[in-house]
Amino acid sequence: MLKSRFRLPDIAEEALAGLLQRPARSILTMLGTTLGVGSFVAVLGLTATAGGQIDRRFTELAATEVTVADIGVTGSTDSAMSFPDDASGLVEQIGGVVHAGRWWPVPLTEPSVSGAPGITSRAGTPPIIAMDPSALAAARPTFTQGRGFDAFHAGRHEHVALLGSVAAANLGITRLDGNPAVFVDGTPFTVLGIIDDAARLPDLLFGIVLPAATAYDLYGPPTAQRAEMLVETRLGAAAVVAGQVALALRPDAPQRFQVTAAPDPKALRSRVSGDLDVLFLTLAGISLVIGAIGIANTTLVAVLERTNEIGLRRALGARPAHIAAQFLTESTTLGLLGGLVGTSAGITVVVIAAVAQDWTPLLPTWAVLPAPAVGAVVGLLAGVYPAQRAARVEPVEALRR
Amino acid sequence: MSGPVIGLTAVGLTYPGPPPVPALRDVDLEVWPGEYVTVVGPSGSGKSTFLNVVGLLDRPTSGTYRFDGVDVATIRENERTALRGRRIGFVFQAFHLMPYRSAVENVSLATLYAGVPKKERLAAAAQALERVGLAHRAGALTNTLSGGERQRVAIARAILHRPSLLLCDEPTGNLDSDNAASVLSLLTELNTDGMTLMVITHDGAVASRGQRSVTIRDGVLC
Repeated sequence: MLKSRFRLPDIAEEALAGLLQRPARSILTMLGTTLGVGSFVAVLGLTATAGGQIDRRFTELAATEVTVADIGVTGSTDSAMSFPDDASGLVEQIGGVVHAGRWWPVPLTEPSVSGAPGITSRAGTPPIIAMDPSALAAARPTFTQGRGFDAFHAGRHEHVALLGSVAAANLGITRLDGNPAVFVDGTPFTVLGIIDDAARLPDLLFGIVLPAATAYDLYGPPTAQRAEMLVETRLGAAAVVAGQVALALRPDAPQRFQVTAAPDPKALRSRVSGDLDVLFLTLAGISLVIGAIGIANTTLVAVLERTNEIGLRRALGARPAHIAAQFLTESTTLGLLGGLVGTSAGITVVVIAAVAQDWTPLLPTWAVLPAPAVGAVVGLLAGVYPAQRAARVEPVEALRR
Repeated sequence: MSGPVIGLTAVGLTYPGPPPVPALRDVDLEVWPGEYVTVVGPSGSGKSTFLNVVGLLDRPTSGTYRFDGVDVATIRENERTALRGRRIGFVFQAFHLMPYRSAVENVSLATLYAGVPKKERLAAAAQALERVGLAHRAGALTNTLSGGERQRVAIARAILHRPSLLLCDEPTGNLDSDNAASVLSLLTELNTDGMTLMVITHDGAVASRGQRSVTIRDGVLC
């Protein structure tokens, strides 16, 4: 039996020849798909890049932080401090803990604070904070001058203090070479250092920090605002540490503490992407639909324009299916080319945006690799109706013109 | 092949209505290999319908049509399509060449749907172009060719696969008299080489080039 054939390389060649007949129109037709696929890649890439940025900041600080709040006994007016005296030692025994220490605002009402006896500060009273030396270490302070206090000062209940850079400026203390002191209600504290920055407790910049043991001696336990503990863990240990801290502190009453570890960075990232993506992905989807309509329209016009060609091909032995295959291939190729150009454009956008922000560009492979195929599928779907129309062209009608 | 190329017995074609239009009635005709037959008739006489039936582009509604010994009523649509592609060469008034493609490429399309690899098609196409005297224009895009050259390219395409029948529909209709003359002498040459020709025309001068001429009027052959 005689059979017509249309070999694959021939289909490809005839389709390409069809597209090249009107190169400018083909390029314009590709634009819709290019925009759609490009926005998909750009949105997903930008979100991944921004998400990666969040991850990195997260890892450095927050992921190694656990805070323990003293919530006392619910329903009771008992304000006694729940933390034992050797809280630091107890918690630092837990594997994965680097530093752990208590801190609280010293319970003084309207203290007079000055840089010299008899002179009050210019800008109101700075907050006075009591800290274990290891809480200070966990806060990651840096000093413009001097140094922090340590277990030695705490053990001897030394009258020493650290000044936040803002508080120091307000008190008029700028240099430490004269061993200046701050006076709190007349009691002098030798200034050991001026804190330039404290990554975990930036509030320290505005305050005066005393060793916890000294402050406890002089002013007693915290009252209005209760104590907290700041724990620095090794990377990845925060969640495990958080589960053990309360029991380590007070095996008899672990419910007196509320332990907070950093939230899971993955959850945070997906929340960020969720907000951003929906809008842009919707826009990308709309451009894809518009791209599909564009391809469908152009292919349909081409079918009507090339009726003669279709008739000739039918006369030369092409079956309706062969005609359909050619036009489907043309529209799919348009979609694929649009997808490829769009993917490249999307990647370029992500890289440029990342470079501009000094970020590391991240491109999710699951989004980038199939992106050109998305364009091809759009082209294929868009070609279905025009291809059907082309296949139905009667050679008799087509050749009459 | 022994036996007629075209064997029409009481063939009729009525376009379904309403009202039904009988375009061909009771046509009997035999064309044997090597013959040069012309079909003449004024416009509206049923020439086009006749061409479509003979060219396997349309099915008769009555009678029997045997092409190359095959009763075309007994074969399926796809087989009819293949038969048309392999055994009939078409030459149209409007040439029907693909623009923006070279002459040799256009000619090579003749065996595209027979599944012949491109290399072989191009080689055969070059030969066919030589046969019609256009070897020097093989690489030219068809939109740069003159009308006479275009029709020669179309003829080369029609004879590429050595068809049993070369079916020409007003082959000189779009040509000036010089080009028409050269195309007609090319057709005569091809017939001398043994090609079976059927030329459909309204032009008496063209019709006189054949060995025999039949007239079609109101759908009836006489």
